[in-house]
Amino acid sequence: MSTFTLDGKAVAFEEGETILEAALVAGAYIPYLCHRPGYAPHGSCKVCTVSVDGRNAASCTMRAREGMVVETQTPELSDMRRALVEMLFVEGNHTCPACEQTGQCELQAVAYHVGMLATRFDLMFPARDLDASHPDILLDRNRCILCGLCVRASREVDGKNVFGIGGRGIDSRLIVNAASGRLGDTDLSAQDEAVDVCPVGAILRKRQAYQVPYGKRKYDLRPISEVAVEQARRRKEKARG
Amino acid sequence: MDLAEIVDRAVRRQANDGTRLLAILRDVQQEAGSLPPEAIDGIAAAVGQPRVRVESTATFYHLLHNTSHGAYEVLFSDNIVDRMGGKEELMRYFCDELLVHPDKLSHDGLVYVGSTSDIGMGDHAPAALVNGFALPALDKNRLGLIANLIRAQLPVAEWPRALLDVSDNVRKTGPLLGEPFSPGAGVARAQSMGPDGILAQLEAAGLRGRGGAGYKTAAKWASCRRAVGKAHYVICNADEGEPGTFKDRVLLQSYADLVFEGMTIAALAIGAGRGFVYLRGEYLYLLRHLQDVLARRRAAGLLGAGILGRAGLDFDIEIAMGAGAYICGEESALIESLEGKPGRPRNRPPYPDTHGYLDQPTVVNNVETFACAARIAERGSAWFAGIGTAQSTGTKLISVSGDCKYPGTYEYPFGVTIRQILAEAGASQAQAVQVGGPSGTCVPWREFDRKIAFEDVPSAGALMVFSRSQDMFEVARNFSHFFAHESCGFCTPCRVGTSLLRDTMDKLAAGKGSAYDMQSMQTLMRILLTMSHCGLGHTAAKPVVETMRAFPEAYEHRLRKLDFEPAFDLDAALGTARHITGRDDEWAHIVEDER
Repeated sequence: MSTFTLDGKAVAFEEGETILEAALVAGAYIPYLCHRPGYAPHGSCKVCTVSVDGRNAASCTMRAREGMVVETQTPELSDMRRALVEMLFVEGNHTCPACEQTGQCELQAVAYHVGMLATRFDLMFPARDLDASHPDILLDRNRCILCGLCVRASREVDGKNVFGIGGRGIDSRLIVNAASGRLGDTDLSAQDEAVDVCPVGAILRKRQAYQVPYGKRKYDLRPISEVAVEQARRRKEKARG
Repeated sequence: MDLAEIVDRAVRRQANDGTRLLAILRDVQQEAGSLPPEAIDGIAAAVGQPRVRVESTATFYHLLHNTSHGAYEVLFSDNIVDRMGGKEELMRYFCDELLVHPDKLSHDGLVYVGSTSDIGMGDHAPAALVNGFALPALDKNRLGLIANLIRAQLPVAEWPRALLDVSDNVRKTGPLLGEPFSPGAGVARAQSMGPDGILAQLEAAGLRGRGGAGYKTAAKWASCRRAVGKAHYVICNADEGEPGTFKDRVLLQSYADLVFEGMTIAALAIGAGRGFVYLRGEYLYLLRHLQDVLARRRAAGLLGAGILGRAGLDFDIEIAMGAGAYICGEESALIESLEGKPGRPRNRPPYPDTHGYLDQPTVVNNVETFACAARIAERGSAWFAGIGTAQSTGTKLISVSGDCKYPGTYEYPFGVTIRQILAEAGASQAQAVQVGGPSGTCVPWREFDRKIAFEDVPSAGALMVFSRSQDMFEVARNFSHFFAHESCGFCTPCRVGTSLLRDTMDKLAAGKGSAYDMQSMQTLMRILLTMSHCGLGHTAAKPVVETMRAFPEAYEHRLRKLDFEPAFDLDAALGTARHITGRDDEWAHIVEDER
């Protein structure tokens, strides 16, 4: 089996695997937000950026190659990664202590992992919509990080095309497949993968918010680094059959 | 005509083809005045795409809008060169003349006045677009006349030609622009050489791409030729969106044969049957002319089936219009746009030479590169390689604008010094030039002996001149607004970073900057440069960094305190409360202490 070097250690990979996939299976967590094991790589959040033979690249889109030297934790990279997470916080309206999703939010968990305490940037306080028109699902754009996971899940897994990204630049926004612009007028159902896949609290099932109490939630019990590695390994075992 | 009918006709003109979505959206907006939700629904149904995909595309492009912009939409070009020419005051004057507010439709629904990124008229600055057509060289006289024409509701097609005519302003010609050219000469030579001969000739000529990056054209074409696919494509990147650049406009207006000739030679070399010119939306006024030239070439047997009478040699070119997105100058974003999607750069590799338009092998080159290729086919590689420097062969078209007597397009052999260009353009008071537009290089007066060449100061073509009376901080601030406006929003560092950089520059401009802000801009620069998805993000902080280095005093005198000053403006935050209560008296404001 081929190997590459990740932070000084040899990591085995299979042909066609990305750096991120191989690293996770090897037990080395690289933070990411716009990716989901099993999904086609997207490469937009850039949180998983690593140094490959001295040049930065998103590890979720970069295929592993024999002998490449990958570094994930240089002081510069760690600082840049923390800055990216801070950017995601300042461009939206994130109020962790008051959010239903606290403790099971990947953005929050990644922020803990990268050691973010506050943001070095000025908060933008954008005016964003909240859409409660759907009987079972709440869409809160204040918390959306534009990862596009729901867009891909709805299209590729659910076969529905409920979501899309509209606009451009800092005015990019999650849009839904209805002339009214309301989620209630789409064919989204509470069973859809597009609902589950949201890494933050932007797409939430109604009437479920407090079923698991604070302090006993996913990332309250275990850090995201352990959860992600376990998920990746389980997925790989399943793929092997 | 009702909306359903307009949609139906527009969609049928494009054969219900979803990859031609941008053309459909442009047509519907042209006829219906805007793109309301019902139009999106109708288009989506007709091309068989979910409406959310159509809406994604419709909301991405600056020149498309979902509410009416009236019978007359006037968009002022907002590059720094337009501002130096009085854009802001002229726009105020024009709005007052028409009794309208900027960025709002007039009460009678007749006119909309707004701003847009550079429209490629730097030698005619300040300039604007009316219903997509260029209005060069604006002053109060012309704007007064234009306001009268709008009030009289005269269709733009009937306006005096003098208002809409765009002159070339070619100030200096060389072998590319100055020599006579007979259409078909290059194609005939290329045909006799065959694909391998063409590639060998380009290689020997040392031709490098004129769009800025300087990739070897022969290597790109050869790799595309080798790539296996269902079809090969040639794309001419005529999205000339880099502020201050307008040399492709001149090539397309007066040398279109040379450009199409180069594309046809590329098609012969890689085995392509179809080609596209991706023309920026701001150059709408060139569309009719380009279509006429294409028709003439078809009639002459230089395009279409059986070129030059040789059976099986088929190639044709069509023009695809952009709709206001600088990012579409990036080749993979351009291809996305050409496929009817928002112009977001793809993950690379793979590159377009193997996976381009419709995922097939595609050559994408700049307008000027194709023109050079045509000249090389006609006159040979040794001739071309003998011009310029060893690493940068041939000539370069330079668009000169800003503080100079003779703005326009100049053709120089590579290796020309900035000093020489300034002398010939009549720019005696320059303190700096911006070479290659905002994403290029800021060269201060101390370095005017540097050369325009890939190995020294590379350039996509722009050269904006700033005299000693200009404030270099304002130059950089204008560019920071440009990048924030043009970021596609795909990746975090560029989407958020360009806006934060713009906001910090605005904070300094408001006299509220501190040393902390200077440091935070350095951090933003590192993030943009090392973490962004594409070249837009990589270069977005460059103007700020370079002016900070070359003209530190332009920044320092704006710093109020040397340590920290909050961005939060308490008085501004009370604005909503003032609005609600209808108050604006002294006690409704928080007056800051004099410091």
